[in-house]
Amino acid sequence: MQKLEHKELVDLLRQMLLMRRFEEKCAEMYALGKIGGFLHLYIGQEAVATGAISVLRPDDYVIASYREHGHALAKGSDPRKVMAELFGRADGLCKGKGGSMHLFDKTHHFLGGHAIVAGQIPIGTGAAFASQYEGKDQVTLCFFGDAAVNQGVFHEALNLAALWHLPIVYICENNRYGMGTAVARATSVKDLYRRAEAYGMPGEAVDGMDVLAVRECVGLAVERARRERIPSFIEAKTYRFRGHSMADPGTYRTKEEVEQEKQRDPLLLFRNHLMAEAVVKESDWKALEKEVRATVEEAVRYADASPEPPVEWLHTDVYVSER
Amino acid sequence: MAIITYREALNQALREEMRRDPRVFLMGEEVGLYQGAYKVSQGLLEEFGPKRIIDTPISEAGFTGVGIGAAMVGLRPIVEMMTFNFALVAVDQIVNQAAKILYMSGGQYNVPMVIRGPGGPAHQLAAQHSQSMESYFYHVPGLKIVRPGTPKDAKGLLKSAIRDDDPVIFIESELLYGTKGEVPDGEYTIPLGVADIKREGRDVTIVAYSTMLLLALQAAEELEKEGIFAEVVDPRTLRPLDTELIIGSIKKTNRAVVMESGAGFGGIGTVIGEIISEQAFDYLDAPVERVTGANAPTPYAKNLERAKVPSKERVVAAVKKVLAI
Ligand SMILES: Cc1ncc(C[n+]2csc(CCOP(=O)(O)OP(=O)(O)O)c2C)c(N)n1
Repeated sequence: MQKLEHKELVDLLRQMLLMRRFEEKCAEMYALGKIGGFLHLYIGQEAVATGAISVLRPDDYVIASYREHGHALAKGSDPRKVMAELFGRADGLCKGKGGSMHLFDKTHHFLGGHAIVAGQIPIGTGAAFASQYEGKDQVTLCFFGDAAVNQGVFHEALNLAALWHLPIVYICENNRYGMGTAVARATSVKDLYRRAEAYGMPGEAVDGMDVLAVRECVGLAVERARRERIPSFIEAKTYRFRGHSMADPGTYRTKEEVEQEKQRDPLLLFRNHLMAEAVVKESDWKALEKEVRATVEEAVRYADASPEPPVEWLHTDVYVSER
Repeated sequence: MAIITYREALNQALREEMRRDPRVFLMGEEVGLYQGAYKVSQGLLEEFGPKRIIDTPISEAGFTGVGIGAAMVGLRPIVEMMTFNFALVAVDQIVNQAAKILYMSGGQYNVPMVIRGPGGPAHQLAAQHSQSMESYFYHVPGLKIVRPGTPKDAKGLLKSAIRDDDPVIFIESELLYGTKGEVPDGEYTIPLGVADIKREGRDVTIVAYSTMLLLALQAAEELEKEGIFAEVVDPRTLRPLDTELIIGSIKKTNRAVVMESGAGFGGIGTVIGEIISEQAFDYLDAPVERVTGANAPTPYAKNLERAKVPSKERVVAAVKKVLAI
């Protein structure tokens, strides 16, 4: 891949920083009771969505699981509308009907957050099928966790994608735990990327804490999908710094393990890298922080000001004919 | 009698049945090391070890099928669905396999297995995590369906379900796990298919189970202040259904309100209402009234979620409607 311009590098940093600060704010808002339901934070995994989605065109598709705030933001969703959705307000991305686990944004070709583990994998495959069918050169990125690879639909979907040469890249975010279950306790073959062999599909592992590495690896796979209709399976090795959800204290992991992983904080690693390369200076970073914080504050203001959805909306969107 | 939570009652039932019968084991996501996503299996791994408290990968169809096979050849599996919404992943195994094997084999193989976990709308969990699943399964011959509403019932019914020789769908509720109630000391079971009068009354019968039972009791209390005495009948088991007790109550009160948290269209309330109309038509002074969840998926927003599920006010209004006041 060609070397990135200064602006592109700063954009990647801004994107990761936005995800981080946005979700730190989400945690606060959850504690205040402004966000309800289940809230799964992406903190620690930002390099994956940021790096992967950065290689896409706006008309490419993205689909993800319930840990999808980052993917929605990276795909271009308005942080204000995302926050309003988390608040359950009328101006939210999904009119307050979806919430944290079900963000959808049609204008940005974001096919949703899906709360049934692995449920999105065949659906993403369907989007790729449609691109193939219509002779378009769009690519679909389909994100899921390490635990999702044990569901039947994962196998069924990858088999179809390889069989039918669909333009899709499957990205498994291996954060080493499915809820409280470590990968090794759930999956017979520990190197998840090797599963691709079973479908005759390229499979690769990448350091999911390194945004540039993710970008490079996914970039090649996306090109392969777009030009040659070869689907790929990428295992991004990452870590979630928080519990599975706000309800999970995460006691199945040792403090030492979490602390050690935090040394590989993808946001700080990238910032330090850019500083070492003199791409950004301390003052640039400060300015970015300020800018991002303002964006997040504005999102909260917007969400707060948005009204509750009218009660009649309970019955809208059930059928298209009654929308 | 001890006062314990619904969660503890279920835990006791599991513990006692596992002590009683070495063929009983518990299998599901996070049931062991994590001690259950809703802590129903707290302490069980410690007592019974990983051979009998088995953590599975997220593969509902797979481990449900494993349970069925083990049950066919002599074990007594309890399969936990972290929430019943995820049982849809395993519906083929439950409906096409578990429910049909006794019949297809001409009675040779039975499937003594319990599939349990919470279900129903809860705390803004939104459409994919907030469904009342009983209606999906009650259509299927070969399955038994239990929905306990109190700690006492939860324990006694779960013990019966584990001892039952057929596949039992046992749906708990996230909203009930923390609720408390009296549980008899010592060993007891409650037979499947036997309803219970949770509150005696003379003016109207409210049929309600699980979380709706609590609403019905609150409504009955409020109605009593106005001199209206509602009888609250809890079917507890939806299949087999204790029609006798329900019809007996209608013959006494001559009026019926049936509740369910799920969507009313094609729901349990429709069936119970139909049975009442068929079997007690001559005793009814008003058409059966149903109070159900809205015919819409469960939305995330708090105010919309509130509108989706039945409220005490709606029960009171339904009672007044059948009483023509
Ligand atoms: C079919 C299904 N089973 C169980 C669950 C409950 N559940 C939600 S997330 C989760 C863990 C998933 O882990 P992973 O796929 O690795 O994704 P991560 O949370 O690590 O991003 C579980 C068990 C669910 N949502 N859907």
